[in-house]
Amino acid sequence: MICIKGVTKRFGRFVALDNVSLDIERGQAVALWGSNGAGKTTLLRCTLGLLSFRGEVTVNGVDVRRRGKPARRLLGYVPQELAFYDDFRVAEAVAFFARLKGTDRTGCVRALQLAGLEQHRHKRVRELSGGMKQRLALGIATLTDPPILMLDEPTSNLDAAGRSELLAQLAELRGRGKTVFFTSHRPEEVEELANRVITMESGRIVSDAAPARNAGAAASPSVEVRIPHACLDQALGALRAEGFTTRLAADGAAVECRNGCNGHVSPSATEPRTEGRLP
Amino acid sequence: MSVQSHPAQRGGLGELSLDPRTIAPLVRKELRDALRNRWLLLYTLAFGALAVGLATLSQIGTGLSGFAGFGKMTASLVNLVLLVVPLMALTVGASGLSAERERGMLAYLLSQPVTRLEVFVAKFIGLGLALTGSISIGFGLSVALLAAHSGRGDLWVFVRLVGLSAMLAMAMLAVGMLLSVVLRRSSTAIGAAVFVWLGFVFVGDLGLMGATVIFRLPVQQLFGLSLVNPTQAFKLAAVGGFDSTLDLLGPAGLYGVQEFGPWLMPMLLGAMAAWIVVPLMIAGLSFARKPL
Repeated sequence: MICIKGVTKRFGRFVALDNVSLDIERGQAVALWGSNGAGKTTLLRCTLGLLSFRGEVTVNGVDVRRRGKPARRLLGYVPQELAFYDDFRVAEAVAFFARLKGTDRTGCVRALQLAGLEQHRHKRVRELSGGMKQRLALGIATLTDPPILMLDEPTSNLDAAGRSELLAQLAELRGRGKTVFFTSHRPEEVEELANRVITMESGRIVSDAAPARNAGAAASPSVEVRIPHACLDQALGALRAEGFTTRLAADGAAVECRNGCNGHVSPSATEPRTEGRLP
Repeated sequence: MSVQSHPAQRGGLGELSLDPRTIAPLVRKELRDALRNRWLLLYTLAFGALAVGLATLSQIGTGLSGFAGFGKMTASLVNLVLLVVPLMALTVGASGLSAERERGMLAYLLSQPVTRLEVFVAKFIGLGLALTGSISIGFGLSVALLAAHSGRGDLWVFVRLVGLSAMLAMAMLAVGMLLSVVLRRSSTAIGAAVFVWLGFVFVGDLGLMGATVIFRLPVQQLFGLSLVNPTQAFKLAAVGGFDSTLDLLGPAGLYGVQEFGPWLMPMLLGAMAAWIVVPLMIAGLSFARKPL
């Protein structure tokens, strides 16, 4: 479905992608895993035809550089953060992209239903929460029911509830046979969605494997830390700033932390999980 | 397939298709954005107020009505257009693409089934229509004022002036969009646009006068230099349209009339059209091939 052959992308002297080759079959859910700067987003952008590069990318046999427009008709893209026309109303935004994609009113209604935003159709985009914006982006991406969905860190700006809601929607789309190609550095996201994990490091693919169950958790030690309520926000901020994935416990005081993507950790690794509890 | 054997593919972003079905919604979006753009509203109000003010002053100052009053007012409006329209068009054009690029909207738009050229052309058409609308409102107010005070006047002169002003706006918009493509940051592009405006409006005019005095330029060269500055070409075309005595044209204009006769106007219009087409083509091709 997506064929990437020998793709190299340089930004000046910096090599963002170094001879990357990859084939994604129809119906696969492929996670691009790696630390910041590994080249995940650059690879997605090359696949979308947004960046120039050396090599070849085809989507269902269509060259994204020669025939980018027809290639992008086969793709629905959800960016990390929805950055468009905040003063549009939700229905206007959907209608605008529907016209661009050449679909009709039924496509708009379906997209709003999928996004669960029918009740909010008259709201301005800027009035939506982060989760709603991501759902709107997903609705727009699926306007023409494209066979491929590409998502760049789809849940990175969402809270726990928004994240699980979006993941459930994506799992449903994957179940309907969509090819899903997404970047992530959240182990739970990879575990839940992907049936293939490609680990990138310094612009190269360093591993390509099926994820083991709970592999993301296994890949990095997990520690549960008890933190007083008074300094919970400060502690969470500090942990996240250091690249830890944090998850609040039910009582709101315990924090489970994983150093999810730093170093050479891959969710396809299968070392035993270690846990600890601090007093 | 080896990329090395296909060097034309290397840029890879130069898809040149233009589909009206894709361009139409993009133009509508540009017009919608322009209506919400406070800068454009501000320019429209300022231009309208200045046009009405000049119309009123030229009526009071001359005490003339009918064609004579109309001619004086038109002459005042030419100078107003020379100052305001290039500034409007250059800054609007300069912020057009660069601001959207900075906010990440351009990347999202280009991830849709559109070509870069379609996005570029739609932006030019949308902004061009918005600017023409803004200029027409300004002129329309002054015409309405004049009509209310002194009868019908020569509306053809006004229509012609609106058309020439729209051409000048398109030329400056094309230059502004070129800056927007070349300079990545919108603040840099707008700053450069202001300098380009100064160059065209002041340095072009005063510099031409100074060079004439210092270098004792022959009138042919003076005329040639006037042709390469779109604001000067606009001035000659606009003034030549209503001043039958040609005393406002200056030596370059008089030379043009005497030397080229009926061909002068097509030459001036051609020079202005070149200032639309050439920067627009460079900007369009550059945008189609340049990484975001």
